[in-house]
Amino acid sequence: MRFSMILPVFKQMFKKPWTNKFPAKYQPSSTTKFLTDVEAGKAKLILPIETPEGFRGKITYDKEACIGCNLCIKVCPCGAIEAKPKEKKIKIYLSRCCFCSQCNDICPKDCLKMSNEFLLADTDPYSKDLIVE
Amino acid sequence: MTKKEETTKTTYQLPIGPIHPALKEPVMFEFEIDGERIVDADVILGDIHRAIEWAGMRRNPIQIIYLAERICGICSISHPIAFIRAVENACDIGSPERAEYLRVIQAELERICSHMLWAGVAAHEIGFDSVLFLTWQMREKALDLTEYLTGNRITKGVMTIGGIRRDITKDQIPKINETLNYFKDNFEKLRHVFLDDKTFQLRSQGVGILTKEDALKLCAVGPTTRASGIKKDVRVDQPYFAYGDLDIDYITPDILTGEVNGDVYDRIIVRLLEVKQSIGLIEQCIDKMPEGDLVSEPKIPKLLAQIKKTKAEGIGRHEAPRGECVHYVKFNGDSEHPYTWKVRASTYANILPWIPMLKGEQIADIPIVAASTDPCMSCTNRVAIVDNDNHKKYELDKEQLHQLSVEKTRRLMR
Repeated sequence: MRFSMILPVFKQMFKKPWTNKFPAKYQPSSTTKFLTDVEAGKAKLILPIETPEGFRGKITYDKEACIGCNLCIKVCPCGAIEAKPKEKKIKIYLSRCCFCSQCNDICPKDCLKMSNEFLLADTDPYSKDLIVE
Repeated sequence: MTKKEETTKTTYQLPIGPIHPALKEPVMFEFEIDGERIVDADVILGDIHRAIEWAGMRRNPIQIIYLAERICGICSISHPIAFIRAVENACDIGSPERAEYLRVIQAELERICSHMLWAGVAAHEIGFDSVLFLTWQMREKALDLTEYLTGNRITKGVMTIGGIRRDITKDQIPKINETLNYFKDNFEKLRHVFLDDKTFQLRSQGVGILTKEDALKLCAVGPTTRASGIKKDVRVDQPYFAYGDLDIDYITPDILTGEVNGDVYDRIIVRLLEVKQSIGLIEQCIDKMPEGDLVSEPKIPKLLAQIKKTKAEGIGRHEAPRGECVHYVKFNGDSEHPYTWKVRASTYANILPWIPMLKGEQIADIPIVAASTDPCMSCTNRVAIVDNDNHKKYELDKEQLHQLSVEKTRRLMR
């Protein structure tokens, strides 16, 4: 058999591309401008593909429930969690987080949860969006 | 007497690496070349020391699981499995029966992903890129299933000491069956493209032969050794997890073709058959899986306290997609950090077999032969050639080497 791939390749030519063109069909020259346009209703945002159930995204932290036991610091593989001994609370640096959710498992008060949020790109590793406290 | 110009035939040296496309891990080759033929090959290792073991000795075993995951992106279940087996061995921790089955499902799913990835890379190395996209299109289904079951596509983070972190519930089973049926339906298509296509036959039959004697002598592991006809598989030799309960046997190329050549073609056969075997194993696991707990010790601080008291050493073995992967752990009894952690990844054992495989082959065969052992590497590619005669130095980069390989395919097709 010489040309076993001819048929699949031809079939492929007439299929619709599977790619989800997030955030817009063509890359906007300025993302910030594009987002303001979306807010003003001038442009349409193509939504990202939904995350599956049990996806491990940005950590959410219930500060009230936290008792400051620091067990999460003990198991965090990348040292992303810092203790605040005075307040008996914690501070999570998401730029170091590896999203393993081990801190969720060990927390005795269930105050840490993984959310669906995954758009965490930022130029500053210490920006407000990347620190959970 | 006139001066007579004499021409002498000498071999020249071709260094490949440490950074190279077919070798996805920094490893250095030195070839002795006679024209187009490789006369001798030498491998120089040790360019990628990431101090992972050192980092692990400053962490507790729960943290090391995630570090072990990052030893290799493709074996991100195999290394944690080998590590937790070592810790469970040292600290005498058992795991519930349901977790054993779930671990097998995860390990076999990873094997499907890994072998599909390899098949695509092998097609790319001989310049058959449409097959690369065909196989990776199918692999995408396996990755989607992985994401559905574990929450992530690559670093799954599901293994833990004494069990597994995620259950497979009853309503997840239809999706698993759907994906497995997709693979079963498309397996014939894949087999037809890889094994019946003339391009593949020309480039892989009789190329990169590893004889049974060499494979035994050099301790090759995994599909590389099974393609040479040696029945060696940790899952069958020393069954662990639920493998003892499952119907599993060694995969050698003679199952399909009735003969063992030990060439690249045989390695393709072994890997394709192993994909089929893995699908069967996952189905068996789903059928036989008992109800029960996921972890033997749900309280992690208690588990860490137990590890801290332990003064023992343990060995964990796992049949990773590339072969046997071994982890060794020693605890000193005064700290929860291991005193020593040693990793022997499967590719390490498959490096020496490269030498007999490459001898006598052409330069254009280097990418496919080197890739045929599925070396676990990160890729870029630069080759420097020194011409001995006129001391002119020039480089053969990734594109050119790839081009050479593609050209050979075209030549053979004519």
